[in-house]
Amino acid sequence: MSQKLLLDKAHVEGIRTYDVYRREGGYRAVEKAIKMGPEAIVEEVKKSGLRGRGGAGFPAGMKWSFIAKPEGVPRHLVCNADESEPGTFKDRYLMEFLPHLLIEGLIVSSFALGSNATYIYIRGEYAWIVDILEHAIEEARAHNFVGKNILGSGFDCEIYVHRGAGAYICGEETALIESLEGKRGNPRIKPPFPAIQGVWLRPTVVNNVETLAAVVPIINMGGEEYAKIGVGKSTGTKLMSACGNINKPGVYEIDMTISVEEFIYSDEYCGGIPNGKRLKACIPGGSSVPILPANLLLKTAKGETRYMNYESLSDGGFATGSMMGSGGFIVLDEDQCVVKNTYTFARFYRHESCGQCSPCREGTGWMEKLLLRLENGAGKLSDIDLLWDIQRKIEGNTICPLGDAAAWPVAAAIRHFRDEFEWHVFHPDEAVKRNYGLAHYADAIHVPATV
Amino acid sequence: MAKFNDTQLTEFNRLVSHYPEGKQKSALLPVLHLAQDTFGGWLSTETMDYVAELLHIAPIEVYEVATFYSMYNLKPVGKYMFEVCQTGPCMLNGCDNIIAYITDKLGIKAGETTPDGMFTLKTVECLGACGYAPMMQLGKTYREHLTKEKVDSIIDECRKNAAANN
Repeated sequence: MSQKLLLDKAHVEGIRTYDVYRREGGYRAVEKAIKMGPEAIVEEVKKSGLRGRGGAGFPAGMKWSFIAKPEGVPRHLVCNADESEPGTFKDRYLMEFLPHLLIEGLIVSSFALGSNATYIYIRGEYAWIVDILEHAIEEARAHNFVGKNILGSGFDCEIYVHRGAGAYICGEETALIESLEGKRGNPRIKPPFPAIQGVWLRPTVVNNVETLAAVVPIINMGGEEYAKIGVGKSTGTKLMSACGNINKPGVYEIDMTISVEEFIYSDEYCGGIPNGKRLKACIPGGSSVPILPANLLLKTAKGETRYMNYESLSDGGFATGSMMGSGGFIVLDEDQCVVKNTYTFARFYRHESCGQCSPCREGTGWMEKLLLRLENGAGKLSDIDLLWDIQRKIEGNTICPLGDAAAWPVAAAIRHFRDEFEWHVFHPDEAVKRNYGLAHYADAIHVPATV
Repeated sequence: MAKFNDTQLTEFNRLVSHYPEGKQKSALLPVLHLAQDTFGGWLSTETMDYVAELLHIAPIEVYEVATFYSMYNLKPVGKYMFEVCQTGPCMLNGCDNIIAYITDKLGIKAGETTPDGMFTLKTVECLGACGYAPMMQLGKTYREHLTKEKVDSIIDECRKNAAANN
């Protein structure tokens, strides 16, 4: 059983309230952090090896150390709660059930960075969570953990919840900053990086909800102890959002030492695939990351067991591997159509493209149309090559990573499931009636009965 | 033209107070939510102009934001809006059947409103409820693990609420 650092108290009755959270040991990290001082906190986070949990996996402590400290200019911490990557719903779980854990992480991190006004940018659809967070902030204020002179330290910190209005792009940190300024979510060209000129051109750090919540156990146990959990550069625990065709969809905290096979088939996690179906494919880190067929998912191209961590999931690069991404783990059973699944993602990215860069604005629309045509059995063989060509021309040619995020799922689907695309072209009547199933595989896939 | 009442103005001032002096434009997104909730579930040009005036910004600054974000409705919508997710994970769990069922039952396609102005059906992209698919957003809440029976009971519930409020 994985060690739990974030969700260990998630099922305690009333944990959403300050009193229960405090009784269970909450806000100790704030008391400890105030005594440690800002530099020591940043050092602990660096030692912990914590990597950004939003998708990019950038070391959090290093990101913090980049923040500029010009005299007389306020700095801001912004919590990225714009969780919008298809397949990902872990931050929602954290905020909905453990709001005080996030608030505690925010206070410690704000103290470390010197942010007197900290913002939680939450996606607009999570409207009821805004109320939960604002209530938690008021409770924390009543106990002097938020507001003026926190615990007599002389440090002031206000936390504000800023509600977005439905835009995936605002999960990208510079688009989020634009949106926080009351503008369209068009990403900015970097540099300058937010750490130098962020919101209102002030030094800003943007971190994911889970990253900031993880600061709490890091302070409580110390960075070195935290780094002992996990493996290699995948330290600590990671929240996985598991969905698709599995028996037990939900949010799971893993310590990144378990295998992908165990994660899918063990009753402790996904609990296997419903109705005795076989595993066809999986997108292990949210819709943007490459889809992998079952054989490359469970084992790497070298034949080694694949594990649920940053390094192992990306083993083999994009040719035979994928990414940890945001931890949105989407499982497809044998009845699912990869072309259709890829089409829904292409439609998603077309819908969410901000329209600033032409490769993304035009390319995502082309990909959507071509995929729909193929899915409906009206495609040509050359459409598959055209799709490949378009995604190549988007990748790396846009201001922000949404272009890459739109290109990768299409590339991986063609790379690993080209025969399924071709089948749609060659059997147009069949394609509208049934799915290609597992015919993709020359060899039967090893499917474990139990783990 | 309609204006915020005192309660709504207090909320407006609270939202603006979250941002530094002179940066009141930052409150635009939350204020547009407040305006949409207040003035019939959508943003007319008059409403947007009013918001611009309140925040001391040019109307175009409001229009460009209102047209960018998917949650702002730029034309009237039904009293109850079913926003059904259709992205990958919901598709894998059969959202197509749910959308088809609602279409049949209410006689409207995605993007349309029933003639009585009661229901609008909208298909939306991932709302972050992938583990509880298929799902829809209804007002401030999510309705998850949708089945045909559940859709029936949601429709009944809306009709009852509407009757009770009249």
